[in-house]
Amino acid sequence: MAGAVKLGGGGTSSGVFDPLRYWLLTPSWLVIGFFLLAPVGIMLIYSFLTKEFRGGVIWEFSLAAYDQFIFDRGLFGDEPAKIEWTYVVIFIRSIWQAALATILCLVIGFPTAYFIATRPVETRSLWLFLITVPYWVNLLIRTVSMKFLIRDSGPLNQWLTSAGILDGPIHLINTDIAVQLGLFYSYLPFMVLPVYASVERYNFALSEAAWDLYAGRWTTLKEVLLPTVKPGIIAGCILVFVPSLGAFLAPDLLGGAKNFMIGSLIEEQFKGNAGNWPFGAAASMILLTMVLIVLMFYARQQSRGEAGGR
Amino acid sequence: MTAEQKQVAIDIKNVVKQYGVGDHAVTALSEVSLDIRDNEFFTLLGPSGCGKTTLLRMIAGFESVTAGTILLYGDEIEGLPANKRPVNTVFQQYALFPHMTVLENIAFGLRMLGRSKAETEQRARQMLDLVQLGQFGDRRPSQLSGGQQQRVALARALAPSPKVLLLDEPLSALDLKLRQAMRVELQQIQEETGITFVFVTHDQEEALTMSDRIAVMSAGRLQQIGTSHEVYEEPRNRFVADFIGETNLFDVTIEAIQNGTAKCRLGVGAVIESSVAGNPSVGASGHVSIRPERLSAKPPSGDDELTGVVDRLIYLGTDTQCMLHLDDGTEITVRAQNAHESALGLGPGERAAISIDRGAARLLVD
Repeated sequence: MAGAVKLGGGGTSSGVFDPLRYWLLTPSWLVIGFFLLAPVGIMLIYSFLTKEFRGGVIWEFSLAAYDQFIFDRGLFGDEPAKIEWTYVVIFIRSIWQAALATILCLVIGFPTAYFIATRPVETRSLWLFLITVPYWVNLLIRTVSMKFLIRDSGPLNQWLTSAGILDGPIHLINTDIAVQLGLFYSYLPFMVLPVYASVERYNFALSEAAWDLYAGRWTTLKEVLLPTVKPGIIAGCILVFVPSLGAFLAPDLLGGAKNFMIGSLIEEQFKGNAGNWPFGAAASMILLTMVLIVLMFYARQQSRGEAGGR
Repeated sequence: MTAEQKQVAIDIKNVVKQYGVGDHAVTALSEVSLDIRDNEFFTLLGPSGCGKTTLLRMIAGFESVTAGTILLYGDEIEGLPANKRPVNTVFQQYALFPHMTVLENIAFGLRMLGRSKAETEQRARQMLDLVQLGQFGDRRPSQLSGGQQQRVALARALAPSPKVLLLDEPLSALDLKLRQAMRVELQQIQEETGITFVFVTHDQEEALTMSDRIAVMSAGRLQQIGTSHEVYEEPRNRFVADFIGETNLFDVTIEAIQNGTAKCRLGVGAVIESSVAGNPSVGASGHVSIRPERLSAKPPSGDDELTGVVDRLIYLGTDTQCMLHLDDGTEITVRAQNAHESALGLGPGERAAISIDRGAARLLVD
């Protein structure tokens, strides 16, 4: 994402117009145009159109999609407008779930990354390899497998009951906890890898210096290690938070109908004949805006860090 | 000597460090004993891998001691973690906290000790002035030059007023000019603060110019302790003579020893009188060390005891270095000051008479 911003930043530019340079940039422009600007533009336009009942749109300007998101005007749209909480609640739940998954990934992922970064150089790549191996399997299969693992009569519950830890099976499937587990498991490596990259570059003499200057373990972690590897942590958090926010596989398969997230809501709007394209596009635009706000926050943090020097 | 009456700051007794266990154990330090006196500029000198840094890290608390004890002003410190020891370290690559300003870096130790805000600020500013960086307090370490970063590292380590300051090759990352300036500055700061400095280096010139006393180490063992003058002029063994400064080593046979003076016969037959290190026995072989500047070469006069053939002359600005070989092939170096023109009066291929300053030769047993 950040790479695209570098366009034209060659730095060697002079006043001389060099046609070759522009030709060489064409592929980048095509990628950005066709795969980024055009789809977002189409989505933006569709979100302001009128819905066709069997899917698709009618080319007629309308704010209905955004209106539907916030207000309830009854089945036929002729009642007085009331605030509609359903979708707002889904959004809040999504943010909450994504934030929780991010925190969980950080709490588990940071020590993991630290552990790998402090192994001897020869074994580090093996550990990283092991972290990524499960992710060669399709996400759908992994999510379905988790469903089988945690269901009431699944291996997890069987083991817990036979070991005498639980009296009866613990009900996990179709709960927020199951969705949380799914999200955490899906996106954990996105936390481990960037955090590893920054811890690996960390100069451990800094920890020794802090220790030498009377700081204990926790103080050293809090005041020296964490601030120094912050860029990696922020990158990891974004890489987990953003896809978690839009995820639909984990909520669909593990959460059931009660634990809808934005991803599933949008997916529904484009499925079969029951959908509502403008509404799906509007929901997507709202999601996109929220993600952009998060990214802008990150960019500001980054530039502040760089202005202060590394 | 008055220094002997001073209190002992660090007493290192029979310290051993081994890495690994059993057959794979590697000994980094074997039975090192030395004492560092209060208010002293003490240097641990040796080639890389000699164990000097390991010893420093043991004093700091970063490494454990396999056997032996280290006393800091009479107190055993082995059980204390590094953050409880009243010693601070200046690290080789400075290890300044990149996310903190210069002032925050310097204040870190005081803050950790729980000093009041006002006291911390005042002390940090005072340290900043001590290292002449008064106006740089708000900068980040990355905005400073290497020499400035070095001084921040020094100020940071001095700020909590440690009983002993440990310096791990602090000048090795600086260029020559800066290094020379920092040597003087370090010495001044040591005198001003009165803190005991333990300085680790592999640079013998650095050690000679700065230290009150030097401990020369090699292969995990202590080779010699003494003042700069002692280790240079009276090396105890071949390693010390060779490592500190340049020297000529001659293989000799010991013919007689009397009153601390030995008569040693060179391979070419000449006999040299030399002072003695250790307890050599008559008839044994040994080495005689003579510094290049204590030899002189001039055109032969006919009845010279020791002659050689000039191989090459190297002009060094203040000195001229003359490389010769004796008739048995022993290569020697003579250094003469360029005080007056054509100090040597010799050219390559010519035969030269070699004379040795009185008291310059030293017999080394090992």
